[in-house]
Amino acid sequence: MPRQKLVIVGNGMAGIRCLEEILKIDPDRFDVTVFGNEPYPNYNRIQLSKVLQGDTVLEDITLNSWDWYEKNDIRLYPGETVIEIDQDNHLVKTDKNRITPYDKLILATGSNPFILPLPGVDKKGVITFRNIKDCLKIIEYSKRSKDAVVIGGGLLGLESARGLLDLGLNVKVVHISDYLMNRQLDKTASHLLQLQLEKQGMEFLLNKKTVEITGNEYADGLKFSDGDELKADLVIMAVGIRPNIKLAEENGIPTHRGIIVNDFMETKIPDIYAVGECVEHQGCCYGLVAPLYQQGKVLANHLCEEKTDGYTGSIDSAKLKVSGVDVFSAGQINEQENTKTIKSYDGWGMTYKKVLVENGKIKGAILFGDTRESTHLSRLINKEADVKEYLNTETEKNSETSVVCSMQDDEIICGCNGVEKGTIVQAIKEKGLTTVAQVKACTNASRSCGTCKSLVADLLKLTIGDEFDSTKKEEPICECTTMTRDEVVSAIRTMGLTNVREVMNVLDWENKEGCSKCRPAINYYLNMVNPSHYVDDQESRFVNERMHANIQMNGTYSVVPRMYGGVTNSDELRKIADIADKYQVPMIKLTGGQRIDLLGVDKEDLPKMWKDLNMRSGFAYAKSVRTVKTCVGEKFCRFGTQDSIDMGIQLEKKFEGLNTPHKVKMGVSACPRSCAESGIKDVGVIGVQGGWEIYVGGNGGTKLRTADLLCKVKESGEVLEYAGAFLQYYRENAKYLERTSAWIERVGIEHVRDVLSSKETRDQLNQRMDEALSTIEDPWASVLSNKETQKKLYQKVYVGGNEK
Amino acid sequence: MGKNVFVTKYSQLPVNLGKTVLIGEKNIALFKLSNGKVYAIENRCPHREGVLAEGMISGEYVFCPMHNWKIGIVDGVVQEPDEGCVRTFPVKIQNDDIFIVIEDLDSQSIKYPDKCVYNESFNE
Repeated sequence: MPRQKLVIVGNGMAGIRCLEEILKIDPDRFDVTVFGNEPYPNYNRIQLSKVLQGDTVLEDITLNSWDWYEKNDIRLYPGETVIEIDQDNHLVKTDKNRITPYDKLILATGSNPFILPLPGVDKKGVITFRNIKDCLKIIEYSKRSKDAVVIGGGLLGLESARGLLDLGLNVKVVHISDYLMNRQLDKTASHLLQLQLEKQGMEFLLNKKTVEITGNEYADGLKFSDGDELKADLVIMAVGIRPNIKLAEENGIPTHRGIIVNDFMETKIPDIYAVGECVEHQGCCYGLVAPLYQQGKVLANHLCEEKTDGYTGSIDSAKLKVSGVDVFSAGQINEQENTKTIKSYDGWGMTYKKVLVENGKIKGAILFGDTRESTHLSRLINKEADVKEYLNTETEKNSETSVVCSMQDDEIICGCNGVEKGTIVQAIKEKGLTTVAQVKACTNASRSCGTCKSLVADLLKLTIGDEFDSTKKEEPICECTTMTRDEVVSAIRTMGLTNVREVMNVLDWENKEGCSKCRPAINYYLNMVNPSHYVDDQESRFVNERMHANIQMNGTYSVVPRMYGGVTNSDELRKIADIADKYQVPMIKLTGGQRIDLLGVDKEDLPKMWKDLNMRSGFAYAKSVRTVKTCVGEKFCRFGTQDSIDMGIQLEKKFEGLNTPHKVKMGVSACPRSCAESGIKDVGVIGVQGGWEIYVGGNGGTKLRTADLLCKVKESGEVLEYAGAFLQYYRENAKYLERTSAWIERVGIEHVRDVLSSKETRDQLNQRMDEALSTIEDPWASVLSNKETQKKLYQKVYVGGNEK
Repeated sequence: MGKNVFVTKYSQLPVNLGKTVLIGEKNIALFKLSNGKVYAIENRCPHREGVLAEGMISGEYVFCPMHNWKIGIVDGVVQEPDEGCVRTFPVKIQNDDIFIVIEDLDSQSIKYPDKCVYNESFNE
């Protein structure tokens, strides 16, 4: 039977989730085409405000990579908009004149930001906040703006305001009502919220109606109905969203506020369905992810002819995603005549709880300051639970234990994805999960808005006990700060930090001067993020990397010149021998990396020796690509299948001197006998008939580890391509001082394989790698060309005439 | 009384990078900190004799390049969890000249860090 043609208009969270559900039920049922007007794969829109706030980076909010579409045989047309639906012939037409037939059509067009129809809204510097493009635009504008004004004191307005604060702007929020988040909160909660946000540096203008945006080409201010004016060079319009119903409307599909659907997400037109924010179901439109996912599931079941009870509507609930502020609201929030409330208010600790009860049933709740009860309350509100059920859990609750203890197995932990406690516990037990990230990967819990992460962590603790404690939280990078590696790197990226001191200042290091752990790490991360412009901080380098030589036990140094692939010649050897004599080098030794080590050199002799040697530094002292060990290979060896020496030299020439989180050792062998020990190298290459095998994450040191096979390739050019992509991915993701072996143990070889399997990703990684490589200089030559450095670092002070 | 020994110019001493100073047989690490102050301590970590002049400087502490012991530059005291101390030498600055005050090693008036018990191995 030929597959039915399914066309999805919209490449966002709702449409793609529905598609995921379909693929789960029956992957071969449909031939799928997706149109999306944004030039990105499906990403997590909820996290955009976190990107703005610097808590995460754009690359990390992708939900389905390009690969996912490819693997599932989905034709994706990103950056293409459907403009016409021909119902009679079952065809859609796009703005690029592409005509695609459908058997079933899903409209998942989402919503558009609502723009107040004011004079001046079309000026530059007036931006909405809805998609990646807006997000990038705001970051761009923030670089040349000082005073930002956010119009709208709702969820989105406050989240973007916090982001603007993090981007270093003065932020004022203009709100039309007399209190913030008036649709989700009562005045008491709103007051606490305002206090908290003011503490963070936001200013508020309440009861203000904007009537005009002033300025010429660029916005320079706002005018209000009461005649007041306000200066602003960046205006964010965040007054709300409206379902995007344009396509439906223009093509005769009945709409009201949204596209009208029944319980099975069917529009009034046969074979056309709608799901997500663009939908109106029983008079309600939803802008939160949980209802949209429920709708997606219903529609998937319906399309695959599985049994489903249909969609019956959702209770509105909301959480504010602003760091340092916990707010939750669900269901009914304002008292009416026949409602009773359970309240507690702590003005000092700034916590507030209000639970609304109507006729003995839980109808709604607001939590401020402590939102751990939120998922529990959501569930009670959804099923209109008896108030007794709530009060019982209240008394059971011990302040020391998390609410997850008292939750039933069928209670929802992750509201966005509808993941129950039982499902998570089962996954933890059966699959031996130990981290929140693993739970996320296996169960989808915390994959969307991320606010249930702490509950997932509590569940892990509850289920596996102490075992979890050790892995519970990523460690801060050192004792000077509470921030983790990822947090620091993401702050560097989003805030554009440029030197070690600035990082420690801006990120509020407790120990202002840093220590020998964090400073080299920050120095590395800064260089990794921006290799072209970063100026290395010598004071934050370990002695070896500052001196470009290995310090020895007695304070002398060793000198290891570069010998590509371990190949030398008689002239070079003669020269080295002469220099060893000239400087009375106490020991000459062959290193494990196939080169020559001159040990016991006084620091004052280093520059002189380098000059005499006239060879490049071997970087034997650095967290860097060290050597590429090679076997003899096909040129001389009777077993050799490939030219391992040439391959090794190519690798070494390309990557020599590259800054890496820890040292990187490589090896190239010409046959599986692996005489260059490729199986215990960070990157090990083994030649086989007609190609190469690339191994990664091997280690022959402290923690012996056999390398994992990354892939097999045919050409030596591909070896360079994969090695480059691998090293760059390692550079961008490993913690400083984490060897590839430890890193791969942590992230999993499958993950690395998966990432590097995409040609596009490899190309991007290699592009960034090339940028990093283009900045490398030979450090010995640099020292020799700079008298000042020679004096500063290598000269001693002699008193009493014992100078050499 | 100690003897003022001229060692180098203040303006020529790099900030936050130690300088090796040899006065006779004595090996001294000289530091100019980010607060502009200059200190001199024995260039030898009490642990395994690491050269402190090459260590990373953090505020008023230096991390020994050998095994990362953290040592107070001002008072010579090794920070916990390790213990011990290194000798400190008084420094005088006049105009742009830096002097290290060297006392007779045999004299009883040698200044050792208050918290530390004199360790025989320091004796040269």
